[in-house]
Amino acid sequence: MTYSDNQIWFLIGAMAIGTFLIRFSFLGLVGDRKLPDWLLRHLRYTPVAVFPALVAPLVMWPAATGGQPDPARILAAGVTLLIGYRTRSALYAIIGGLGTLYAMMALLG
Amino acid sequence: MPFPTPRAAFLEGLKNGAPFVIVVAPFALLFGVLATEAGLNVAEVMGFSVLVIAGAAQFTALQLMSEQAPTVIILVSALAVNLRMAMYSASLVPFVGSAPMWQRVLMSYLMFDQNYALSITRFETDHELTVPQRVAYYFGAVSLVAPLWYVLTYAGAVVGQRIPEQFALDFAVPVTFLALIAPALRTVAHLGAALVSVVFGLLLAGVPYNLGLLIAASAAILTGAEIERRMTRGLA
Repeated sequence: MTYSDNQIWFLIGAMAIGTFLIRFSFLGLVGDRKLPDWLLRHLRYTPVAVFPALVAPLVMWPAATGGQPDPARILAAGVTLLIGYRTRSALYAIIGGLGTLYAMMALLG
Repeated sequence: MPFPTPRAAFLEGLKNGAPFVIVVAPFALLFGVLATEAGLNVAEVMGFSVLVIAGAAQFTALQLMSEQAPTVIILVSALAVNLRMAMYSASLVPFVGSAPMWQRVLMSYLMFDQNYALSITRFETDHELTVPQRVAYYFGAVSLVAPLWYVLTYAGAVVGQRIPEQFALDFAVPVTFLALIAPALRTVAHLGAALVSVVFGLLLAGVPYNLGLLIAASAAILTGAEIERRMTRGLA
C-alpha cells in the first residue's frame, strides 16, 4: 500500500472517533428514546450488506492468482459459508475454510 | 437470580464471557499478522486495535487499503460495518441509561458483539438486577476479551513478517468475513440482502474508487429492509 503516515493516522483517528460515536450514540447522546422501526430495519442489515460485496470479487478474482478464478479459493469460500451456517460458529468456519484451502493447494500443487 | 453485589455480577460476567476468548484470540492475532504484512508498522497496527477496537471494521479497512481505495471510501465502509452497534447502543439504554456518564463512556468504548449479546440477554431475562449490577456484569463479560485483543494484535504484529507465503494469508480476510456473516443468514431478508450484495459487488467491482462497494451495500440494505417490511406486513 502507498499511504503516507499522515493518511494512515488520519484514518485511524477518524475511524476511532466515528466508531466511538456510533457506540455512544444512544447510551450517551440520544438517551431513552424509541427508535423508529424503519431505522432499526435498515441498521439490522448493514453487516450482511457490506461483507458479501467486499468478499465476492476477492473470491472470484483473487489478486494472488493474478485475478484468475481459482478452484481452491472458491471451494474454500463455499466450505466456510456452509460450516458457518450449519454450526453458527465463526471459529469453526475459519478453521474449515483455511483447512480446505491448504488441502486443495497441496492436492493441486 | 439476582446477584448479592456488583462484585458478584462482575465475576458472573467474567465467567460467562470466558469462552469468547477462543473466538476473539485468532481474530486479534490474524489482524496483527495481516496488518503487518500489508505494510503497517507496529504503532499503526496497535493504533487500530486500541483506538478503533472493532475487529470487523479493522479488517474492512485493511482490505480496502490493500486495494488502494481512497481514504474517504475506507472510512465510510468501515463505519458502515459498525452501524449495527448503534442498534446495540439503543437497546442498552432502558437498562443502563441512568448509570453515571463515565461508565456509559467506558461501556461504549468496550462494546464488542460478544459482551453485548451476553449482557442484553441477561438484562432482558433477569428483572431483579440493579443498574450497578448490570454495568458490572457488562464489564465482567468484556474484561478478558478486551486485553486479549490488544495483546494478541501486538503478538501478531511482531511475528507477522515471519509467516511464509505458502500460508496464502491473502485469503484469510475473505474467509474471516464469510465466517462472520454465515451464521447471520437465518432469514429470507438476510439472504436476500446478501445475494444482492454479492451480485452488485461483482457487477460493480470495476467502478473507480471502490464506490461499487458502497452502492452494492446500499442496495443490499434496502433489499433486506424491504423484504422484512413486506413479510411483517403479510403476517399482521
